[in-house]
Amino acid sequence: MFRRPQYIALVAVLVLVVVVLNLPPQTSARLKLWVGTLFLPLFGLATSSQKAAERAGDTVVSRTVLIDQLNQFREENQRLKLLQAENETLRQENERLRSSLNFQRQTPLKVRLARVVSRDPANWWRNLQIDLGARDQLRADMPVVTAEGLVGKIANVGPAHSQVVLVGDPNCRVAAIVSETRDNGIIGPSSSTALNAQIVDLTYLAKNATLKPGQRVVTSGIGGIFPKGLPVGEVVDFRSVGYGLYTEARVKLAVSMNKLEEVWVVVQ
Amino acid sequence: MNALNSITVLVVAFVVVYLEAAWSLPRRVLGCQVDLLPALIVYTALFRDATTLALLAALGGLWFDSFSANPFGVSVLPLFAVGFAIQQLRGLILRDLRYAQFFLGLAASAAVPVFTYVLVRSLGAHPLVGWGSLWHWILMALAGGAATPLLVHLFAWLQRTFKYQRAVETSFRPDREIKRGRA
Repeated sequence: MFRRPQYIALVAVLVLVVVVLNLPPQTSARLKLWVGTLFLPLFGLATSSQKAAERAGDTVVSRTVLIDQLNQFREENQRLKLLQAENETLRQENERLRSSLNFQRQTPLKVRLARVVSRDPANWWRNLQIDLGARDQLRADMPVVTAEGLVGKIANVGPAHSQVVLVGDPNCRVAAIVSETRDNGIIGPSSSTALNAQIVDLTYLAKNATLKPGQRVVTSGIGGIFPKGLPVGEVVDFRSVGYGLYTEARVKLAVSMNKLEEVWVVVQ
Repeated sequence: MNALNSITVLVVAFVVVYLEAAWSLPRRVLGCQVDLLPALIVYTALFRDATTLALLAALGGLWFDSFSANPFGVSVLPLFAVGFAIQQLRGLILRDLRYAQFFLGLAASAAVPVFTYVLVRSLGAHPLVGWGSLWHWILMALAGGAATPLLVHLFAWLQRTFKYQRAVETSFRPDREIKRGRA
């Protein structure tokens, strides 16, 4: 039935698939990252050409625009200096009150800036890759954030790049709390739609939780991976599930996942 | 020339996988990423040999999975199975016709994600699939269908450009020349 080369190709592919799928998880992850590094020259080429284009763009910005921007920055700088002075007073007051109440000092987050280089080409996962890896002291499970809020956590670390699993992916569950009512729940993928990457579910809320659309959802710090108080999103709507045993809320994420270009990795 | 053909197909697959991972415009516009590997598999199954097909399925699948949270190697078998089936039947397919290429690309781009999903689930992973995925699936199938004739056209152009062209022989033969006039 089969011509000989086709028969050999069939057997070769089957053997390859059986071998690769039965590799130990660590070896498979390492092999995956190694294969991913083959694309590094293309990523490097894309980055350098983008930078060259930006440099070319910079040369044609008119002097008037630059002066306008300079004035704006000066104004903003003054405003930020005032804000900083105000914050310094508040910080000192906070420290004084904490020490009088014997509260644990909250350490500021130590973060590293990373650039998003690629996304998962399969539509059923929410993952992306960043340009920092083991050589930048990144480790698995480090939280990833932006100024708007929580993005996800590091899943796998390669030498020069890492895979980030986003909030809303089945492999990223986040313990969260509704800021106003202090109701605890778990953020997971949305059961209602796979179309909108901005919507996730906050499940296992108490059945008598007093929720309202627009309430803020932040990380609760339970679980030890994500620091407490990182913004996750806001409640869109809620319903009673599990025969009335608990409440589930749909949450609109604070971070626009499809528009991410740069993220911060919380290294400490 | 055969080796060059295979290398060209693999280079295109490499670039396609890179673009699928790095270029997020389709994701922003359509809401999902389109996959052109099934279209490339259809081209290879119709016009290339079994070795190229196996190489493309193996390398393309592994490259794709290296960017994805899919279990590593899971995309190889669906790509090869679809290509193998088409290659077995290619003697019966009007492969030079555009609409045949379109429908083969459409069917392959629809079959590969379904087959991959079944494999991913059977390996114990739980991908994010809901009613919205149906929309993704239709878009991916249509994009794959539209891309197949374009890929065939692209490779035909590459062949015309880089293949050694046989020198055209003249039909003039001096021994058959009719001599006219006085000797």
